[in-house]
Formats: sequence, structure tokens, C-alpha cells
Amino acid sequence: MSRLPITKTPKVYVGGAFIRSESARVFPLKDAAGNFFANIPQCTRKDLRNAVEAAAKAGPGWAKRTAYNRGQIIYRLGEMIEARAGEMAEAIALGGASKVAAAKEVAATVDRLIYYAGWADKYEQLLGNVNPVAAPYFNFTVTEPMGIIGVLAPEQAPLLALVSLFAPAITSGNTVVALASTSQPYPAILLGEMLATSDLPGGVVNLLTGYRKEMVPTFATHTHLRALVGAANADERKALALGAADSVKRLHLVKTEELPDWYADSAQSLEAVRSTLEFKTTWHPIGA
Amino acid sequence: MLATSSRAAFRRLFDEVGTVDAVGVEERVAKYGTRSIKKSAKVWGLKTAVSMVDLTTLEGKDTPGKVASLCQKALQPHDPELGVPQVAAVCVYPAMVKHARKALGSDTAVRIASVATAFPSGQAPLKTRLAEVKAAVADGADEIDMVINRGAFLSGEFGEMQDEIRAVVEACGDATLKVILEVSELETYDNIRAASFLAMRVIREGDFIKTSTGKTSLNATLGNNQVMIEAIRDYYLDTGISIAMKPAGGIRTAKQALTFLVAIKETLGDAWLNNSRYRFGASALLNDLVRQLEKEKTGAYQAPYYFSESAESY
Amino acid sequence: MPTLASEKKTTRPSARPGRPAPELIFGDLWEFDPAPETADPKLKARYELFINGEFVAPKSGKYFDSVNPANEQKLAEIALASAADVDAAYQAAKAAYDNVWSKLPGRERAKYLFRIARLLQDRAREFAVAETLDGGKPIKESRDFDVPMAAAHFFYHAGWADKLDYVAPGRRVAPLGVVGQVIPWNFPLLMLAWKLAPALAMGNTVVLKPAETTSITCLKLAEILQDAGLPPGVVNFVTGAGEVGAAVMNHPIPAKIAFTGSTEVGKIIMRSLAGTDKKMTMELGGKAANIVFDDAPLDQAVEGIVNGIFFNQGHVCCAGSRLLVHEPVAKEVLAKLKNRIKVLRVGDPIDKNTDIGAINSKEQLGKITSLVASGVKEGAEMFQPACKLPTKGFYFRPTIFSGVSMSHRVAREEIFGPVLSILTFRTVDEAIEKANNTAYGLSAGVWTDKGSRILKMSTELKAGVVWANTYNKFDPTSPFGGYKESGFGREGGRQGLLDYCKLV
Repeated sequence: MSRLPITKTPKVYVGGAFIRSESARVFPLKDAAGNFFANIPQCTRKDLRNAVEAAAKAGPGWAKRTAYNRGQIIYRLGEMIEARAGEMAEAIALGGASKVAAAKEVAATVDRLIYYAGWADKYEQLLGNVNPVAAPYFNFTVTEPMGIIGVLAPEQAPLLALVSLFAPAITSGNTVVALASTSQPYPAILLGEMLATSDLPGGVVNLLTGYRKEMVPTFATHTHLRALVGAANADERKALALGAADSVKRLHLVKTEELPDWYADSAQSLEAVRSTLEFKTTWHPIGA
Repeated sequence: MLATSSRAAFRRLFDEVGTVDAVGVEERVAKYGTRSIKKSAKVWGLKTAVSMVDLTTLEGKDTPGKVASLCQKALQPHDPELGVPQVAAVCVYPAMVKHARKALGSDTAVRIASVATAFPSGQAPLKTRLAEVKAAVADGADEIDMVINRGAFLSGEFGEMQDEIRAVVEACGDATLKVILEVSELETYDNIRAASFLAMRVIREGDFIKTSTGKTSLNATLGNNQVMIEAIRDYYLDTGISIAMKPAGGIRTAKQALTFLVAIKETLGDAWLNNSRYRFGASALLNDLVRQLEKEKTGAYQAPYYFSESAESY
Repeated sequence: MPTLASEKKTTRPSARPGRPAPELIFGDLWEFDPAPETADPKLKARYELFINGEFVAPKSGKYFDSVNPANEQKLAEIALASAADVDAAYQAAKAAYDNVWSKLPGRERAKYLFRIARLLQDRAREFAVAETLDGGKPIKESRDFDVPMAAAHFFYHAGWADKLDYVAPGRRVAPLGVVGQVIPWNFPLLMLAWKLAPALAMGNTVVLKPAETTSITCLKLAEILQDAGLPPGVVNFVTGAGEVGAAVMNHPIPAKIAFTGSTEVGKIIMRSLAGTDKKMTMELGGKAANIVFDDAPLDQAVEGIVNGIFFNQGHVCCAGSRLLVHEPVAKEVLAKLKNRIKVLRVGDPIDKNTDIGAINSKEQLGKITSLVASGVKEGAEMFQPACKLPTKGFYFRPTIFSGVSMSHRVAREEIFGPVLSILTFRTVDEAIEKANNTAYGLSAGVWTDKGSRILKMSTELKAGVVWANTYNKFDPTSPFGGYKESGFGREGGRQGLLDYCKLV
């Protein structure tokens, strides 16, 4: 008789720990063949609140890391995924992708992380400025991370899209609370394990699973989230914009009806880093 | 050792008296120039400025004759009908004091100031400088304009600098003392503020601090005037002792003088708007003040050669 | 850290016993005569809308009065736009974009902007007088700041128009199309220049609404646009109050809305645009902290504090309305501040010696008055100099509250008037915490002689502009805009251009 395998209980990665939803609710995930695979945490608004608090705690320390160090850690995350590429590909294949397609998604994800790892100590040189004001002042503009960024991953490309959305944000020192694909949450569960071994401080990336309908309103109105990036349909975009108005939150949403090609070079950019940055201009007199 | 200790000395002094931001001072004083002074305010300002002039001649070629005509100008800057006041003082080299006294007589409100202490460099033995001060006072000087030992200040020997001022105070007797900082050689506003405090702490109520000798490239500016009157204000509010102020050199036009007076009005207030608290060390200024007063009276712009002792008689 | 001591010690001799405490006298020994600026503002009795390059009467036939807040006299009649007028303006802007402006090479657009800058410089004094009469700001400021700075913005952005390939590294940029802009009453002409110049340089066309109390210099600028030969429809001005603003915001044509004004109205606009694809720039309110350490150059700090809160009667979104003073120098700073504001001249804005002019409107005066009353009621200590105020018009004395805590309304709400609240702090961390303890994040000031502390503070302060050892400085090359609820997007510099383009 063959040995009965030990199955893993999927938990979400929040504040550097693996947790179940505070609601103790789950939703069943089936594999491509329609068989039961596992129960996925059905996170709630309170889980989102807790994740934001974890992100807030991690934020200042992460933002103060040197750009070189952030770049190395993001590179390390790439290493962790590459090392477990087969396992991750299987997780993606659960959603119905072919083995080849799944492997391709993992490879593209690693490459995307390497791309942003390289930006960490360079974007400032391109986005900041010294400004030649018409008075005896030294005036310079530098970038700063906005703070806590909400990420809404689309249903498709459950790993690549998620990483493409949060990587530019953490590159500059933001922290992230992300909602993974509802229909294909397992790659995000597995990604949490890789994040945990990547040297990325706990709380910098927090991954939630659950139903968009339950979570989107809280993403919209949580005033501590300084920006939202991700994919949303027309109704969600309106709800998010309405909620964002209350705390003048920045929105960078793509339409779910016109999603980008996540594999294309155009899906990665300096502009994506810029979208979660604030610009600060400092003046100082020049005089003895 | 010296370099280290003098750095510590400067840092301590700056901590004590505070520092100055150069750009900020210059922006502050730029606003004085935007004050628009018209009509009766202008006449009051011009006349007050005349009464504050230390009419100065400090040239190697000065003679008793030149000094005598300067004194005449001091007593009566223009046609008495215009109602121009007398100036505050004449300012001459020590050798000229007795000639000035002769020209002015003893019964006059116009005072005699003399630049003693090896003016302008101060580079003579202290004994010689003190002797010069005493001689000038003995010849009839009412006021002594001394120079500080900039070398001592810049090398952090503040005690030496102050001791010398104390000695001159003593040599002055009843004469009023004006302490020239020679701001262009101190270079920074921080230094000017610090040196002002060092001087004020050893001089008497009613004595002056003064910007410059007029013998270097940069003399009185609104900026260093501002730094010094702010020091005077802070010292007064702390101690109740009023120190007077004299910018000297480079103030040639009535417009400039009015702007300096605005600085006084808005920094030290009304109590300093008189010639026992504020003076202008100048020569050409007087004629421009008188010329503008004449213009205010007649409404017509005036040619320079209507005014005595004018340098521009073309 | 040497700055955490108790009250700063003085090594000077103490005041002589028996004498009253020394005081400065700022009396009337030398009182200045009135010095009104006499240049002719060349006002028309009635200003029409500016649509498609022409002055046109509003379809409704309605007009409203623009009043001089210094004496409550009517200056001119301003056309009241209706939704139909706004639509006409947008149609003109769209046609101009499609047919003319988007087809012009950048170097040609640049020449129009250079022309506008030059023509504005030519008529600078006339515009300054008009700005002062209409808005109540001192002529000194409109003459020396608003108008020259407005011209500088056109000049700066003109030079960008043919260099847009350098704006976004590695990317090409394209204009958005038609943009709608709504600006406030505190810097009418300058805000207009901030908004128009980058939009036009980038190749957009514009429909702009000035504030209803300050429309005149906007419509005077329309004369300059005509003189410059700017193609009709590239810039259109519609005038009126909130409902006209709403029509500008909610019209289907604009690809982008740029707004400067209160956070409250900004949020309303964001809600009204929810569900549309319009891009936005929001330049909203502030409650800036101006932080003074004990090693600061105090007289310049005081000057900066005064400039920070009394500039333009405090009608400045980035005003340094919360003064945070290091405890060891708190008394000294307050004493210096009191002496400084005693010589501020409050009065007729058209007088060249006026430092603080008229409050822009009766409504704003009422708001300031009630917030100041709340400060008194909540127990803060108030100081106002004994200056005389004109009997007609809207005026408010420069006001300082000391002994304020973070929970006082005067420390939390944007007053938008000449009212300063003073709080104290003991340590660097406490200063940072108090400074950042607000939903706003537009600007901040820090005063200290220690270089590394400046950089530390400027890093920690959550604000879009940090003035170190200075305050309220502006320049076309210097990006301006807020963090948090002070809005998003930048105006000025390379960053400002990026808010008027799309990447292609």
C-alpha cells in the first residue's frame, strides 16, 4: 500500500508569519481536473487591516535600507523562486496552464524580479533632479516611497501579474498588501514561502487570498493605504475611486477588460517604479 | 594647538551669541529698499539723516585749510532758508583735530571725531595706539573712532581683542568711543555678529560700533548694518544697555541713507532714530541729502554745482 | 545632542536692577505718508468669456460683480458661464487640439509661450495693480512676486516644448488632449501660469476657470493671448462659481482635470470623477510645520516664520501655520516674533508700503475670525500688534497663538489667514512626530545650523516641499505639490510636465 502523502495547509503570508484568516473561513480550491486540492483562507477586511498594520510596522525599516541592499534582497527573492521553479510551475499548472506555459510564467517572474532588483539603486538618478532656481539656493528633488501600497492582482497570470505589480513598489521601499487572484490563489500561497526565505523583512510584502467582492471596498476606503495599483473592472474602478477620494489616495489601475501582456517588456518599466513614489523638493540657501 | 583652540573659541562664541544666515539677511534688507518714502516722511528722513552725518575727510593730503572748510560745511550744510540741520560731527585724522577745534570753536553742537589707534590697519603697538587716542582727546576730540585688532579676532584671541578695546575706553576718558569692526576683513556675517558682541560687552552705554574704515573694498552695506543693529537690539533687550551704530563708507546717496534709516525704524525702533544712537560716516552723502531736500522744496531736480564742496561740479 | 538643554543660558550681564525691562519702541516718530501705486490697471467695465480666441457674452446674459476687498467697491462685471458656455469652450478646445495645436511642432508652440511671457513682462505693472485691486494682496507682492513669477513660468515651460523627448527617460511622451483646470483665488495669475504653461508646452489645449472673486487678471491675460496670436481655442476661459467649476470638471471632453484648492473640494471632485478615465492633478490644502531648533539663525528664522505665515495674508496653501519651536529658545523666538510683527504694515493693498493687505472676501474673513475665536476659547494665548485697520474692506491683524497643543483646532485646521500657532518640542523625534501628525503633507520648514540634521529632517518630514533655513520660496524649475491629503501630482520642473502627458 502506498504511503498517504502529507498535504500542506495553505496559509497566507502576513507580517512575516503564515496565518489563517481571522474569520476562520476558507474556500475550496480544485485542481484543473476538478478535484479538491486544498482549502484556501478566505481573508476578510480585518485580515486586510492586520496586514496594513504589519506593513506599517515594516515600512520605515524597509525604506531606510540602502538601495543596494533592497536590490540584493529582491534579487535574492528571484533566487528563491528559481530554486523552487518546478514546484512553483506545478502550483501555476493547478489553474489549468500547461507545464510549458507554467514554467514560462515562473521564468518570466524571476526575470521581472531581476529587472527591478537592478533598478533599486538607479531610478533615483533618473527621476530626481537638481533644479536651477533663480536665487541663491541649492534646490533638489528626490523621490520617496509613498508608504503602504494596496495591490489588486488580476485573475490571470497568478504569479507573474502579482509580482509585476508589487515588485516596482517594494523596489523603492514601499510596503505592500496584495490580494491574489481569487481563482488561482495557490501560487501566491507558495510565493509567501519564498518571500519568507528571501531576506525580505516580514511585513514588506503581505499576501491575502479571498474574494474580491469582500475585499475591494476595504482596499478602497482604508485611509492608511496611500496608493492602489492593480487590475480592476469598471465597477471596481468606480468604487475604488470613490473610496480613494476620502483620503486622496493615488490610483494606478489597469482595466481587467484590457489587461497588458504581462510577458512583454512593456509590462516592466521605470514608470511603474515612479507610480508609487512621492517627490520631495528641498531648498537650502547658499551662503557662508 | 592654536588652530584647535581658536576653532573651539569660535564655536563657543557662535553658540553663545547665535549665528546668521547670509541669504536670509540679504533677503530681509532687500525689503527695506521697497519702502516708498514720500512727502513729509521723506523730508523728515532727509533732515534726520543730515543730522546723523559724521562729515568725514580722511586723506593723506588733508590740510588745515581743507579741514576748516569741512567744518564750515558741517555747521551750515546749505542756505539757512532750507532749514537744514547741522551735521552730527566732523571726522578727521588725529593731527587735524586741533585745526578742526579751531574752525568749529568750543561752543558748538557739532562734535569732533577722530580716527585714532593707527587707523586704518591698527597695526601699531598698543602703547602707540593709546598715546594717539589720548593726544586726540587732549587736542579737543569729542569722539574716538578706533579699529579692532582683526588679527586677534580672526585667530580666536578674543580676550586680547577685548582687552585692547577696554584700554582704549579708558584712554578716551569722557570722549565717546566708536569701535570699527572693519567688516570686510571679518568676511562673514557670523563673524560680524560675534565681533559686535565682543565689542559691546566692553564699551559703555552710548558708545558706538561701526562697520568700517572706508579704506577697504567693501564698506557699509545694508546687510552688515542689519547684522550689527540686530546684535545691538539683542544686547539691549538682554542688558538694558543701548549701544549706538555707525555705518561708514559707501553710503553716497539720499536714497541709500533713507533705506538705512528704514532698517533702524523696523529693527531698533524710534529710540535709535537720532544722532546720539545712529550716525552715517560719509562725505558725499551730505550734498545729496541737501540736494534732495531742495528738490522736495522746489519740486525741481537740482544740478550738483548748486551745493558747496561738491565733488561733481561738471 | 547639544540641543536638548533647558532654557538657553545667556552669558551677558543681566539687566540692571531697578530699571524697567528694556523694550523697543515702534511708534510714529517717522510715519510714512501714503504711497499708492498709481499705474493704470486698464480695467474694462465688463469682462466676457474667452472662448475660441474671442470675448463672447455668456449665453445666459448674466454677469456678477468682482469686488475690491480693500474697500468693497465694484471693479468690473464678470460673465457668468453656463453649462452651454462650458461646452462651447470645450468644443473650441477640442477643435483647436485636433486641427491646430497637436499638429504644431514643439518649437512653434514654444514661440507662442515665449511671446506670452514677454507680453506679460511688458504689462507687468498694469497686471500687478489689477491683481492687487481684485484680490487684496499687497502691491509689493503682486509687483515683485506674482506677476514676474507668472512670466517666469511661461518662459521656463516654453523652452520645454521642443525638448519633450527628455522628459521621461527612455520613453516618448504625447499630449493628453484637452485639459480642464480650476484654480483658486489666492494667486490668481500665478496659478493660471502654473497650470497653463506646462499644459500648453506639452501640446494640450485648455479650458480654465478662475476663482469667482478673482477673474480679472485671467481675462486680462486673454488679451495677451490674443496679442500673441495664439490660435483660437487653444486656451479658453470660463468664469463663475462652483457650478461652473463642476461643469468644467464633469464635461466628457477633457482627458485630465487639474485642480488647486481646498482638500474638501478636492475630495468632492475626486468623487465626481470616479468611474471616468480622466487623469487628475490635485494641489490641495496644507497645515505646514515650520520647525526651529535652538541652534538656528534666529533672526532669519523669525523672518522666515513671518514670510511663512503672513505672506499673502496667509492665503497660501503651503503657509507655515504651525510653528514648532525647540523649548530652549521658545521664549526668545516668541519675543523676536512679537517685535517683528509690530512693524508689519496692515492696510490698503495698493499702498507700496503695505505688508499685509486685505482678506480676499467677507466669507474668508468670517472663517478666519471664527477659527481665531476657537483658539481663544480653547485657551491658547493670543497676541496681535496694535496696528490700525482701515474702516472699510476686509482686514485681519497678524495673529500669534502661543501655548498651543496638537489637539487645538488652530493647530489642526487650515485657517488660510494670517494666524500662526506656536507649539514647542524637546527632541528631534518629537519635532518629526508633531510635524507629521496631520493628514496634510504639502510643505514644511526646518531651521538649524547643523547640516546633517537638515538632511535628516528633510528626509523624515512627509511633505512635498521642505524649506531648510528659508520658507515660501518658489521657482518654475522647482516641483511643487503634496503628499497625503495635500494632493498629488507636481507643478513646476520636469516632474510637473509629466502630469500633462501620456507615455507612448
